[in-house]
Amino acid sequence: MSTAVMERSESLVKEENLTVKVQSEMRSKIEKASKIAVKDLNLFYGEKQALYGVSLDIREKEVTALIGPSGCGKSTFLRTLNRMNDLIDGVKITGDIIIDSENIYKNNDVIKLRTKVGMVFQKPNLFPMSIYDNVAYGPRMQGIKNKKELNKIVEESLRGAAIWDEVKDRLKSSALGLSGGQQQRICIARAIAMKPDVILMDEPTSALDPISTLKVEELITNMKKDYTIVIVTHNMQQAARISDKTAFFLNGEVVEFDDTDIIFSTPRDQRTEDYVTGRFG
Amino acid sequence: MSIQTNSVEIGKSNKRKYLLEKISSKLFLICALLSVISLLLIIGFVFYKGSHPFIVEGYSFIDFIFGTDWVPSEDKFGIFPMIVASILATIGALIIGVPVGLFTAIFLAEIASKRLAKIISPAIQLLAGIPSVLYGVFGLAIIVPFLQNTFGLVKGQSLLAVILVLAIMMLPTIVTVAETAIRAVPNTYREGSLALGVSQIGTIFKVVVPAAKSGIMTAIVLGLGRAIGETMAVILVAGNSLIVPTSLTDSVRPLTTNIALEMGYAAGTHQEMLFATGIVLFSFILILNFVLAKISAKGGN
Amino acid sequence: MRQLKDSVLRGLLWLSVFLSVAVLVMIVGFIFIKGMNLISFEFIFGDYSPTGGGGIWPMIVTTIYTIVISLVIATPIGILAALYLQEYAKQGRLVKVIRFATESLTGIPSIIYGLFGAVFFVTTLKMGMSIIAASLTLTIIVLPVIIRTTEEALKTVPQSYREGSLALGTTKLQTLYKVILPSAMPGILSGIILSIGRIVGESAAIFLTAGTVAALPESLFSSARTLTVHSYLVTQESGDIELAAAVGIVLIVIILGINISATLISKKLNKATNK
Repeated sequence: MSTAVMERSESLVKEENLTVKVQSEMRSKIEKASKIAVKDLNLFYGEKQALYGVSLDIREKEVTALIGPSGCGKSTFLRTLNRMNDLIDGVKITGDIIIDSENIYKNNDVIKLRTKVGMVFQKPNLFPMSIYDNVAYGPRMQGIKNKKELNKIVEESLRGAAIWDEVKDRLKSSALGLSGGQQQRICIARAIAMKPDVILMDEPTSALDPISTLKVEELITNMKKDYTIVIVTHNMQQAARISDKTAFFLNGEVVEFDDTDIIFSTPRDQRTEDYVTGRFG
Repeated sequence: MSIQTNSVEIGKSNKRKYLLEKISSKLFLICALLSVISLLLIIGFVFYKGSHPFIVEGYSFIDFIFGTDWVPSEDKFGIFPMIVASILATIGALIIGVPVGLFTAIFLAEIASKRLAKIISPAIQLLAGIPSVLYGVFGLAIIVPFLQNTFGLVKGQSLLAVILVLAIMMLPTIVTVAETAIRAVPNTYREGSLALGVSQIGTIFKVVVPAAKSGIMTAIVLGLGRAIGETMAVILVAGNSLIVPTSLTDSVRPLTTNIALEMGYAAGTHQEMLFATGIVLFSFILILNFVLAKISAKGGN
Repeated sequence: MRQLKDSVLRGLLWLSVFLSVAVLVMIVGFIFIKGMNLISFEFIFGDYSPTGGGGIWPMIVTTIYTIVISLVIATPIGILAALYLQEYAKQGRLVKVIRFATESLTGIPSIIYGLFGAVFFVTTLKMGMSIIAASLTLTIIVLPVIIRTTEEALKTVPQSYREGSLALGTTKLQTLYKVILPSAMPGILSGIILSIGRIVGESAAIFLTAGTVAALPESLFSSARTLTVHSYLVTQESGDIELAAAVGIVLIVIILGINISATLISKKLNKATNK
């Protein structure tokens, strides 16, 4: 499944010094199963190419962070994973994205894909409905009508997003009355309600204050045991704090993809080092 | 990416959803096409009917446009007096309606206090909603006798009466659209000018109004459209005489009123000539629309 | 010198607004003063009598018929067309053609619509001068209004709503129905209300397609007379300004009611959605 990565880690072992070798051997012992395999992905907006030969192997129940300067293609890449780029006219994609051995661009069931791969956006984008209706929205659209079942899903999802205690007494009031941080956690609950395997997060804390950010980060760390999480972030400390793997994007290419602690301590590529030490971006 | 090879993998309930999706998008497209179809039908029918006398029956189009006699019973169909009346009435209405409307819009957007503007603007918008027939009734009851007495006319129904009624009628359109355009000019423009020591009035006329130019032009063209197409109000105050007007106090018959007055009993060639009158009117409107499109394209840049 | 110029311009501005307001007051004042005497319960709800002294109930009924029929047809078509243009269509030649057609329809004077209605609905489709022929003509007249206002309303719905919904594995249709349309409702409703105003105010097109029969319509295929046409005819044929003004009062009250309800509805819905 992950031949590209395997090959690369082999060559890595040959080239790098002993410590890295030991690290990578340790790593391979605890390495989890592959969830999403991206192979040679190119993306074009009309004539303009935005992604160049991206290959990544995202593992199950890990947090994978995508970092890089603005406009480097990390958000664009994230949106290929649930085919949200389909909404934009003139987007063309080559290469493969395989999730659970299904090629998502060969299979035309976008609905199924998106129920399996949830998404949380940069700004909280709750609908102008009650908290309850927001969380129940997805399941209802899948045809679940049973009141008891919906109640259960809503409660579980809100608990899963660590916001149940804050909102349980006002489920019927408008979701737009909540604070930004609370809204974002409801958004996460809304995504969880679909019982997805993968959750994509597009800079989920960029619109939040530091305390709300911390809460969401904590939540993400806890969610790891149940979900595969791919998160785009501008905030390098955040990537360092919460992610297991980190991919550094630059000008539509993946410069480096490795364990987070390696990316932030001993990156192989000079550009990665320049970026994570704050020399540009 | 063919659907067939992968359709096995698409869940049963999702399959229904995709089908529904496909059907609905086609249905939506059909609805959107209805406006195109309507436009084609309208143009088709009006032009077919209106061009019939010239193409099949051998009437001269030049005589139709430049002929000064309209006597259907004698087979004479010249609409020159009506064309002149329509053009003069529209231009006259513009000369009165545009400055007053524009200045009112400037006043409301730039000078009036918020409270005053909040009372006057909605009132003027309401004026835009009043059925045009009532403008005609007002014109006949107030303007026509006024002109009759002031100028000592035998009949107050005249080109001038039409001009005044149309000017009043285009006023709300011009005020409302121009006010919106002027309000949309960013405040930084005003501040920049005022900071240079230019007076408020100077700023308005040198900076704000030019910046709102395309919106103001749109307002004028929309007002113009309303004036040139108006029918029932005009019938009541025009007098409807079939002469080429030489003075403001002449009784006139613009293109629109000719159609409305005779459509009820016209048949055969006579009716077709009314459609031909419609084509001429249509051409005026198309030219206007073209101008409007050019203006808004310019505004977009 | 510049100060003088400023003062003159300022004076002209005041003069213009005075003129505009004066005209407004005069027209509304004239109609109310002239027509008020005739307004009574019997005038509104009474049957028309050609010899004078009758009511305008038949015209009110006819006006309501034309409103209801044309809106019942134009509203769904207009909304779906706007949905196509805003939510489905890829920007290209087809959309340009549709937009151009819609805009052109807006600019066509009502007398041309009248001509078309008279030859297409009345003659070709053999509906005769009738409420149905007038209503179908009115449908085409208000269609662009509804399309345009709905499009504007759809534009104001944040893109994030669409993304949020679609990312949950819903179809476009579900997203439209559950999220987009409810959010766009105030704008759509105000478009519909605008259309009512346009229908109520229309005269020339109706005059050529519904005819002038001043009696309670027996069916949709009856010729009938709307309020505006009535106001026109009594002025033109019998010079009865008082009666025309009294009908004018009814028309203005309707228009006022429409405007107020439009404001209230959009305020209320805005509150409901934005809280």
